Amino acid sequence: MLLTRRYRFAASHRLNTEALSPEENTRLYGKCNNPYGHGHDYVLDVTVEGRMHRDGQVVDRQALDTLVSEQVLARIDHRNLNCDVPELAERVPTTENLASAIEDMLKRRWKLPARLAKVRISETAKNTFELETK
Amino acid sequence: MLLTRKAEFSASHVCADPALNEAENHARYGANANPHGHGHNYVLEVTIAGDPDPVTGMVFDLRELKEIMNAEVVDPMDHRFLNREVPPFDCVVPTAENIAVEIWKRLERRIPGPSTRLKNVRLYETADLYVDYGGEDS
Repeated sequence: MLLTRRYRFAASHRLNTEALSPEENTRLYGKCNNPYGHGHDYVLDVTVEGRMHRDGQVVDRQALDTLVSEQVLARIDHRNLNCDVPELAERVPTTENLASAIEDMLKRRWKLPARLAKVRISETAKNTFELETK
Repeated sequence: MLLTRKAEFSASHVCADPALNEAENHARYGANANPHGHGHNYVLEVTIAGDPDPVTGMVFDLRELKEIMNAEVVDPMDHRFLNREVPPFDCVVPTAENIAVEIWKRLERRIPGPSTRLKNVRLYETADLYVDYGGEDS
């Protein structure tokens, strides 16, 4: 059985890689390359997979909320992803890389009796990225 | 091919194990353990898998599916206090997980196989919490 819990956070970022020239960055990332950055209201869906326990739950919601709040939201909500998040310091803060960083943040302290199955992030209502975790 | 139909029902519930005291239930279920209950606007998405019938072009008759979902889920659960009015929740804690399993059981016996089969029950307790159940192996 799968259980999915939705969270929200707001963050700013700028997409730019030193591997490319300024002109190439502008061409590749378009408006997302704006030197001053920009922000989104992200929606994060965390899916866990497991068998239902005797309490009728796959996972304790409060334990999951605490983990996500402490390990993820406290690090990225109302932050600049380029400057404030060490996990993204060496990576372009695309939503793909952000999903991977969030997987790492969760797995570092994961002690819940269910498997982390998916991390899905909507950057806007039109763009959604889903990472199936191993 | 997959076919998904949605239905909504509003119901109240209490998540508490009668073997535990109030403090223990609050520790386990949080505000969901409030003894007088509270409610949700549940959203149910039922997915059926199968091949379209060569004559009708349909995986399953949507009107029939609607009638089954209404008869098995919406009519008995909508605007009810699940713990008091809808067995087995007089003795099974009505978590989203247990409600999804109960809905699966009710629907599975009404969906004929083997060409079409019940694939998934997704139950939103709120817009921010849902469970997916695909049968005993899931």
